[in-house]
Amino acid sequence: MVLNKELFLRPKNQLEGSNDQSSKQQEQLFTCSGCGKEFPLIEIKKNDYICPFCEFYWKMPARVRLLNIAEDDTFRELDAEMEAQDLLAFPGYKEKLSVARKKSKERESVITGIAEVDGISCALFAMESEFMMGSMGSITGEKITRLFEYATQHHLPVVGFCLSGGARMQEGILSLMQMAKVSGAVQRHSQAGLLYIAVLQNPTTGGVTASFAMEGDIILAEKGALIGFAGPRVIEQTMRQKLPENFQRAEFVRQKGFIDIVVDRRHLKEILNKLLHMHQKGGADGSI
Amino acid sequence: MGAYEHLMQARANGRPTALSFIKQIFDDFIELSGDRAYGDDRAVVGGIAWLRDIPVTVIGLEKGGDTEEKIARNFGSAHPEGYRKALRLMKQAEKFHRPVFCIVDTAGAYCGIGAEERGQGMAIADNLMAMMALKTPIISLFIGEGGSGGALALAVANQVWMLENAVYSVISPEGAASIIWKDISKTREAAESLKITADDLLALGVIERIISEKEDFSQVYAEIESILYETFSALCRKDTSQLVQERYARFRKIGG
Repeated sequence: MVLNKELFLRPKNQLEGSNDQSSKQQEQLFTCSGCGKEFPLIEIKKNDYICPFCEFYWKMPARVRLLNIAEDDTFRELDAEMEAQDLLAFPGYKEKLSVARKKSKERESVITGIAEVDGISCALFAMESEFMMGSMGSITGEKITRLFEYATQHHLPVVGFCLSGGARMQEGILSLMQMAKVSGAVQRHSQAGLLYIAVLQNPTTGGVTASFAMEGDIILAEKGALIGFAGPRVIEQTMRQKLPENFQRAEFVRQKGFIDIVVDRRHLKEILNKLLHMHQKGGADGSI
Repeated sequence: MGAYEHLMQARANGRPTALSFIKQIFDDFIELSGDRAYGDDRAVVGGIAWLRDIPVTVIGLEKGGDTEEKIARNFGSAHPEGYRKALRLMKQAEKFHRPVFCIVDTAGAYCGIGAEERGQGMAIADNLMAMMALKTPIISLFIGEGGSGGALALAVANQVWMLENAVYSVISPEGAASIIWKDISKTREAAESLKITADDLLALGVIERIISEKEDFSQVYAEIESILYETFSALCRKDTSQLVQERYARFRKIGG
């Protein structure tokens, strides 16, 4: 299993290859900002990116996410070559993109593909926090739209790991339009009677919350994840008051009725497997 | 005129708001209220009216005229119940085969505790999905400010039109300046860079039509009335599945 993980993480293109420091990373020390304890980075990796001392949920790289849910060696990436473009010639955006690519070793803020999940073929996407905080650029929207179209065509369920600061300002209105575009593709997938499970990670906000993060048939959220439309600082400024401590946290949003289950990351795969299997047939459709 | 000047015009006090357009373009507007779940959001006005011989469902984001009305209408920033009222009326329009006309004028969906508790993101997402599949023609007109998801929630349309001085943006230029450059004095630069003017958006393929503004707004209303009648007449003759397909294709081509 560990060997497979390493294979999976092995760079597939030059962009990723330029930053391969996995052995160095293993010796690297890591300070949990949840509790301040210092320990080797490898410890947190082994624990699903949860702090072994204070249970703080660290952001999980999108590729690791996909690896964890896919059966060994079954993940096939789609549209891997597509990368963010500076379509509006927005000041400073090219530089931001190049920093984001270096930092994340990805070409855009989302990875899409297909894989076997507990014996079921699924379309998967995962958003990458290290790429401009998972903000939605045109290519982000395009890749997710293509994934839903592919899933509709091939009758596959979609599991999407959402994480985003929202629309990407540097792509202006083109970023906003992705909300409508992806929603259209989700709608068609849904119309075809297919399952979409959204898994919301910390944080899921803005235009992603106001579109595909909230469009799942079933919406799961990781413990403690911040989920909202407006960010807490903006709300504090508008309301001129302090927000309650648990405001916009997954548990709070579930209580308010907008997500189905708050999950422990270590049990996520088990829940996903069960849900996927329960959607393999209807029963009331004459299949029993 | 630069993007910043358009922005100032779009926000100018005394600029006609959605209700003026509704009253001047349509006859016998009957306002309908409520989302049938929580309440009635006065930042959204909606109802049925005649456009000559076509009954139309009209929905607008209304900023209000005087200060008192502005407050009552929350300056045109809707809560989730406002978007849900809009969706209810759109579904109603679909049931009775009425075309839908949306008027957009908002700084954005409201950012507040109640709005979050009642699912602002979910409300907008629901509208995007439902509008994509709505089996009746939809036209959206931007008359002033078009702020982000709160504007888009009424703009998943077959055609989107803008008044000459209206703006449509992913974020307010002030917001972009403070987030990207941590410097609100760069608002003018942000306004230019974000491409928010009707000309920019037409060039980007985000809108279909720009309506020029006259000092005497009655000429503007008359022009909208005429092209709206013409366009709805044409769209109403189309098969509904074709309308839905064309609406999807309209957004599908943007970015990528």
